[in-house]
Amino acid sequence: MMNTWIAATAVAVIAGVMGFFAVLRGSTFAAHAIPNGAFAGAAGASLLGLNALVGLAVFSVAGALGIAGLSRRARSDVATALTFVMMLGVGALFVSWSTEYAQEAYSLLFGEVFGVAEGEVLPILVLGAVSIAAILVMFRPLMLSSALPEVAEARGISTRRMELAFLLVMALATSMTVPVVGALLMFSLMIGPAAAARSLTARPVLAMALSVAIALVTVWAGIVVSYQTNWPLGFFVGAAGAVFFLAGRGYAAARRRLAVRAATA
Amino acid sequence: MHYIFEPGFFTSGPVHVALGVGTVIAITSAVVGVFTVIRGQSFAGHSLADISTTGGSGAFLVGINQFWGYLAFGAGAAAFMEMIGVQRRRGRDVATGVVLGAALGLAALFLYLDTQSSSTTGVSFTVLFGSMFVLTPSTVPALIVSALLALATVVVLARVLLLSSLSTDIAAARGVPVRAVGAAYLMALAVSVALSAVIIGSVLSTALLIGPAATALRLARSPVRAMATAAGIGVAAIWVGVVLAYDSYYWPPAGRGWPVSFFVVTLVVGGYLVAYLRPRPSRAAAAAQEILDTEQACSAA
Repeated sequence: MMNTWIAATAVAVIAGVMGFFAVLRGSTFAAHAIPNGAFAGAAGASLLGLNALVGLAVFSVAGALGIAGLSRRARSDVATALTFVMMLGVGALFVSWSTEYAQEAYSLLFGEVFGVAEGEVLPILVLGAVSIAAILVMFRPLMLSSALPEVAEARGISTRRMELAFLLVMALATSMTVPVVGALLMFSLMIGPAAAARSLTARPVLAMALSVAIALVTVWAGIVVSYQTNWPLGFFVGAAGAVFFLAGRGYAAARRRLAVRAATA
Repeated sequence: MHYIFEPGFFTSGPVHVALGVGTVIAITSAVVGVFTVIRGQSFAGHSLADISTTGGSGAFLVGINQFWGYLAFGAGAAAFMEMIGVQRRRGRDVATGVVLGAALGLAALFLYLDTQSSSTTGVSFTVLFGSMFVLTPSTVPALIVSALLALATVVVLARVLLLSSLSTDIAAARGVPVRAVGAAYLMALAVSVALSAVIIGSVLSTALLIGPAATALRLARSPVRAMATAAGIGVAAIWVGVVLAYDSYYWPPAGRGWPVSFFVVTLVVGGYLVAYLRPRPSRAAAAAQEILDTEQACSAA
């Protein structure tokens, strides 16, 4: 169980940070597409007898490059959709070639948080630390180009290059998290807490800290409840994300109403 | 001829049904998809496919026909997304994401309970990729009627939809109920996507919704021609994909046939890349870009 706690905590921290930027930049679709599409890489790796981590890394980086490349002359939602379906199409081909993949596919989609092996913890921690370090290094330009793209361009920060850098870090983070929590859960863990945090505060650093805190609470509580009930962790994380989001929205609406009342009084 | 069409292709019953239903789905997806691309709702289109598959696994659990589970969850999610505010572009993607995250969580629960009750580990895979060759004949009429309803909604609304996608303000000034039109469109999108997801899986559903429409918008000179071109591309991709999948039964390495979804996705994305990499952008592309810019300016305001 110790491995589960360490791995899940690392995943929650990285999901909180990545999710904050994904929500701020409006790249929610990419946050869905990269972890899900990367699963094709794991299928390919198992076909070739390689470590799943290698396949996940190759496909998530390819996905990030595809999205950024196709976004140059087209809208990014179209670019994301087409890159994503291509990755999954190739994944379907890989799966049809292999014989004993169905069970493994299930665990990659929905995670195997209670089955984290001793040897898996170290790569997760290393890749997680590298992703966080990358985000910290480009923190200021990334924040500026996410919140005020025009100002960033005027200061010589290329929006396009920032997008590519962000997607590549997302790819790195994805290849580490997908084997632990699964692609579907990684997505809910990035979006729910970050969206809730954003409606609670407008201050960026505070919102990021809140996003990490909510992600941690969600995962820790989820693990306990999931362990007790035997129901999948993904269900609790998805539900908690929606509840936090709605609560945050309710709080923001109530605060607005109070402000209006104070202004009119 | 036998090099292209394996013996038995034209006499196989499942192939007939697959081609017929596939054609209806491809046309509906392509026409609905033109507006999905113009309105920048690709993420919503894909999410609705994933969410409706959650309904499919839920229906499996309670023992009713999966088709109704898909439709109910798709329509319900569209209504919910409309309610919590999918009008603003950026907030819209976040709201869509939260609904999708919750639905995927539910899917994980349903699939877990499904496997508890019937030990079918393959179900998650079928849900993602669908299976074109296992259509049940009883659902075909209901499916075609729903597809036609979604198609008719979009065709009837085409003019006002285009106007309100171009500029919300101008449309509103001309008395178009912009929000109601948007909601009706989202519902048509949900129905069309749920239908394609139940038959061909959420992956192909998204491919056929976005790929042909995005390609056509780069090639065609007007929205009407874009719809026709998109429908043509979608139908061609399905037919060629089914033929290749049928042929691939004897191909290496497994000798079990390559999946239809792989062929259709490759054809659709390949077609888009050809249009994307064409040296000169067509007038329609410039016009579409103009539409997008106007829209972006409007949503930013």
